[in-house]
Amino acid sequence: MTKEQVAVIGIGQTKHQATRGDVSMAGLVREAASRALADAEMTWADIDAVVVGKAPDFFEGVMMPELYLADALGATGKPLFRVHTAGSVGGSTAIVAAQLVQAGIHERVLTVAFEKQSESEAMWALSLPIPFQPPLHAGAGGYFAPHVRSYMDRSGAPDHIGILVALKDRQNALKNPYAHLHEPDISFDSIKDSMMLWDPIRYAETCPSSDGACAMVLASEAVALRATKPVAWVQGTAMRSEPTLSADRDTVLPRGGSDCAADVFAQAGITDPRRQIDCVEMYVPFSWFEPMWLENLGFAGSGEGWKLIEAGVTQLDGDLPVNMSGGVLSSNPIGASGMLRFAEAALQVRGMAGDHQVEDARTALGHAYGGGSQFFAMWVVGADKR
Amino acid sequence: MVRDIAVIAVAQMPNVRAETALNEVEMLMPVLAEVRERAGLTQSEIGFTCSGSTDYLSGQAFSFVSTLDGVGPWPPIQESHVEMDGAWALYEAWVKLQLGELDTALVYCYGKSAPGPLHEVLSRQLDPYHVAPLWPDQISLAALQAKALIDAGKATETDFAEVAARSRKSALANPNAQLAWDRPAKDILAKEPIIDPLRADDCPPITDGACAVILAAGDRARDLSSRPAWIRGIDHRIEPIALGVRDLTVSASTQLAAERAGLGRAPVDVAELHAPFSPQELILRDALGLADHDNVNPSGGALAANAVMVAGLTRIGEVAQRIMDGSASRGVAHATSGPCLQQNLVCVLEGEG
Repeated sequence: MTKEQVAVIGIGQTKHQATRGDVSMAGLVREAASRALADAEMTWADIDAVVVGKAPDFFEGVMMPELYLADALGATGKPLFRVHTAGSVGGSTAIVAAQLVQAGIHERVLTVAFEKQSESEAMWALSLPIPFQPPLHAGAGGYFAPHVRSYMDRSGAPDHIGILVALKDRQNALKNPYAHLHEPDISFDSIKDSMMLWDPIRYAETCPSSDGACAMVLASEAVALRATKPVAWVQGTAMRSEPTLSADRDTVLPRGGSDCAADVFAQAGITDPRRQIDCVEMYVPFSWFEPMWLENLGFAGSGEGWKLIEAGVTQLDGDLPVNMSGGVLSSNPIGASGMLRFAEAALQVRGMAGDHQVEDARTALGHAYGGGSQFFAMWVVGADKR
Repeated sequence: MVRDIAVIAVAQMPNVRAETALNEVEMLMPVLAEVRERAGLTQSEIGFTCSGSTDYLSGQAFSFVSTLDGVGPWPPIQESHVEMDGAWALYEAWVKLQLGELDTALVYCYGKSAPGPLHEVLSRQLDPYHVAPLWPDQISLAALQAKALIDAGKATETDFAEVAARSRKSALANPNAQLAWDRPAKDILAKEPIIDPLRADDCPPITDGACAVILAAGDRARDLSSRPAWIRGIDHRIEPIALGVRDLTVSASTQLAAERAGLGRAPVDVAELHAPFSPQELILRDALGLADHDNVNPSGGALAANAVMVAGLTRIGEVAQRIMDGSASRGVAHATSGPCLQQNLVCVLEGEG
């Protein structure tokens, strides 16, 4: 048997900000889902199944919140599914939803990912004292700083690369009305002068803590061909996981990430990603992950990723734009962050990305990662069918 | 156009009240080793891996990340996790195998209910703005459902007691059961309710447990097993969480899932229903058209062991095991989640020939 085609026909997201005190969790997910349905020119009744994703339930203090959200998401009498694969979850959730269509089980699937970080304090939810386990050093930055330092040592990348990435992403965010951080006065020097949090990661090189949600409507070929707006065809999806603790791992350039990229590119018929992919939306919570992922995903050779950034290749008007939306560095509702990457890739190939549209984008990669650089989810979407 | 997928191996940790010596990873590893050995597969030969668990039992964000290390995911594997009972992890694996690219899947789940105050922990599932601040415990919610059954004239406390007595008696034959005894229903009825109209014997035990299943597709299943338990239909449906908008005496989502799974196409000779509280078995029997069936929960069901996040997949495992050993030819397994049977999954399994 062969997989059915699946396309993104509707996309919605909330305005992301530090505290969305104007809405409940149900209100937050409904805001994104309603926009996705409107974009798809559908109503709640058109949806066959709902797939929800979010990061740890401790971030809001609600156990399995999809049970409570079933009603707000119009899921009564339908299948409702909950995915949780660490930080990659927003991407994995979209993939699980896409598979329901690819397997021929459903024709119209609503997928939603969210985080309402203001309900709780994610940094402390990540810092529980668990016996016999290494502490996370109060938040993810402490965990990842040694990876970044190692990358700098291995590649010889100069200190200012991280600053360039942060500046680019925050400037892109100014073109994205949904982005959390809008900092019109940001400059190279203001980033350079910001507080060193986890050496070598400065405050302005880290992601914010956001409330937000993202939703997509995924549809079968028959449904997608009837859409009046452009659709994004899913040309490939892949997930990979590797252990937390293993002597075999390279946490700077993880094999799970390169295996996952090779898989998704093969499915999409891509042999030279640097030439064939028009733009990339990748999960960069700390600015240095952009050069690291450029190498891990095969867009640059080992030790060469930072040179693309220095040459301006990943700028919005560059040869390979990266994080056109402003990325995780500008909005980070954790559970939704992966899906926002996938959604931005789809918006680009639909030609619907507004002021952050890349001209003639026809093939785009959405990327998410999680855990200690050990969970990966990716998709390639295109203006054309696979 | 559905691809034939079968359960080819099942393993369970014997259910216990409190596993105090082992952490979740240590608890799970023997179960994973056993299920892979039964299937004759190593981890690197398994196409897809999917697990179900909840951080709220382990009291740790990203708790499933540690247990994945117990799987031995190197070289990197294709893997996913659901914050749901393992029965839904099996559903995701079944969907993945439907794509026709992979032939085998490992599904596992685990839950240590014992370390925290379970009834209070589960109240964190409820509407966080209007209901959860009142901390309603799950026994009280189940008692409301039981009372609704009585008020509707659909069942009596004697009916509940008979379910409880029969389940614990059946559990005597289940080496993995936690609670098994042989006493008549009248002995149960002689006790005072703990939360009217439920008696302690109408309620599930608090359980630590783990379960794992291996799925295989088509000829791969036939190669690996002399008698695979074929999944002929699987579906799940949800209802609103608010008790006030549901008729608690019926399970509309179970009935719909059963229709979608094709349960009614032929009779079943075994049913394993995930009914943590005795009145819920009566509701589920009704929804599944099994009101008078004489082989429901031969394992003792969730009244004999109710490891949260595990008891649903265990039901599928119990039915599959009976098909694989030839003692059943067609069976139905059911899993539930959420307060008062909010979300339900139905899986129909068959042997060949």
